[in-house]
Amino acid sequence: MSINRKELEEIATLAQLDIPEQQLGEITASLNQVMAMIEHINEADTAAVKPMGTPHEAQQLIRPDAVTDCSHKKDLLALSAHADEDHYLVPKVIE
Amino acid sequence: MINLSIRALSELLQQKQISIQELCGVYHDRCQSFNVNTNALISICAELSAAELLQAQQQLDAGELLAGVPLVHKDLFCTQGIKTTCGSNMLADFKPPYDATAVTQLAAAGMVNLGKANMDEFAMGSSNEHSAFGVVKNPWDSQRVPGGSSGGSAAAVAARMVPVATGTDTGGSIRQPAAFCGITGIKPSYGRVSRHGMVAFASSLDQAGVLAVSADDCGLVLSQMCGHDPLDSTSLKTSTWQWDKPKDSNMQGLRVGVPHAWIDALQDEGIKNKTTEAIEYFKQQGASIIDIELPHADLAVSAYYVLAPAECSSNLSRFDGVRFGHQTNAAENLEALYRKSRSEGFGEEVKKRIMIGAWALSAGYYDAYYLKAQKVRRLISEDFNKAFESVDVIASPVSPELPFKLGEKADGVSMYEADKFTIPASLAGLPCLSMPIGFTAGLPVGLQLIGRYFDEQNILALADKYQLDHDHHMQIPEAFL
Repeated sequence: MSINRKELEEIATLAQLDIPEQQLGEITASLNQVMAMIEHINEADTAAVKPMGTPHEAQQLIRPDAVTDCSHKKDLLALSAHADEDHYLVPKVIE
Repeated sequence: MINLSIRALSELLQQKQISIQELCGVYHDRCQSFNVNTNALISICAELSAAELLQAQQQLDAGELLAGVPLVHKDLFCTQGIKTTCGSNMLADFKPPYDATAVTQLAAAGMVNLGKANMDEFAMGSSNEHSAFGVVKNPWDSQRVPGGSSGGSAAAVAARMVPVATGTDTGGSIRQPAAFCGITGIKPSYGRVSRHGMVAFASSLDQAGVLAVSADDCGLVLSQMCGHDPLDSTSLKTSTWQWDKPKDSNMQGLRVGVPHAWIDALQDEGIKNKTTEAIEYFKQQGASIIDIELPHADLAVSAYYVLAPAECSSNLSRFDGVRFGHQTNAAENLEALYRKSRSEGFGEEVKKRIMIGAWALSAGYYDAYYLKAQKVRRLISEDFNKAFESVDVIASPVSPELPFKLGEKADGVSMYEADKFTIPASLAGLPCLSMPIGFTAGLPVGLQLIGRYFDEQNILALADKYQLDHDHHMQIPEAFL
């Protein structure tokens, strides 16, 4: 498996990243090195193997649907670069 | 004083031969002096918190062993009101509004936080060269890396800037820097320590752990960190555990599994000799040495570099420049705000891993790579299950190499492949540690001990018994005496 510059641009779009034109070649080569390494997983016969998503398969814990914490709106909004008293502020979305 | 164990420091405090302020003052001064040489810390608390000191004194008066002992936290543990950067420009000014559970638990025991340790950005790296706050230098040789991603934590303990530090390990990020810096470091079983407030890299692999001088120190601190946390759905209800220090170094009846193929393949004769010597010592003390095979372990690095980037791609999508973290000044619309904030905030290694993950999770590749890697993960886990039918502990090298020179590994893949001995146990979620077993060419060498799931006791006990008869872990680099 390997990718070309056009495919890298598509991946960057999925990842919400900008890649400068002059770095496209270098990053394509770098990702292709990793993909060549990844390819080794195909050496394993996994026809009868179930995927393992996590080391333990404990049941999801359920807790009562009760209010346990008060609002931290002010603290959380204070972390944003642009916010007013009630909202995060972003560039205009609707024309 | 700087080479005393936690038990010895605690005794000094209990007997009032030194006060908490004096003890923490000694280490605070060392943090300030030696950070110039090492760059181990991203931030040093300007002054000791009065509230923390009061809590420490109350715990000391109540007989708590860890009370008054200073530490630093890896800079991905959220600390309320204290910058938590993850080694990234994305979070350069981020001050969390809450503490991570591990931070809360250690503070509750009276441990005193002196600062935040440098790290590879978002824990992605094995050299601590990928930090927006500069490289960390290995205290044993300032031209060499301390390992990563918990490189700052390891260097800080090696230079005795603190007696203990927290760290995290996703594919070897506690064990490899512990080995490179000549200290002891443990990654507990997945589910043992809460991940709440620990900025996520790869959620099915990340675990918090401890870096300290000795196995005993690691056991004492880890006992306090573990336990069920309702705020982390992957923390298990049975995760409470208490370290029980062995009485002597007798290893009679212990079965130590050794993947000899890993040792035979070592290119570095110094590492090979030290590893063989340590295993020979176990045998002399009465342990049975049993050759084991882990047939799918060779595929671990490949599987890891599908799974970890996939999870990182998903986890790091939260950094959109809106709610917290870096926000660009040059966005003409919302899409551009996301893209430019992320492109400006993340470093190159992080962007690379996000893109590998986005690719592995994209339509057409999900089954072929992501699901395939998850299946390989199970094969690796089953290899360990089989090995543990006939052994109690597995001993292996930590790294095939000594600490390498800064800038030496420009090729990312060769750095990835150097984690081939630590990644298999991470994929299986097993407890594992690194302990110092001597020096070659003036640089420290570590041995990895891997235990059964939730059997931290046996690996720490084996390391503790070894350290009763050896003083490699007690060595301090000359510049930091």
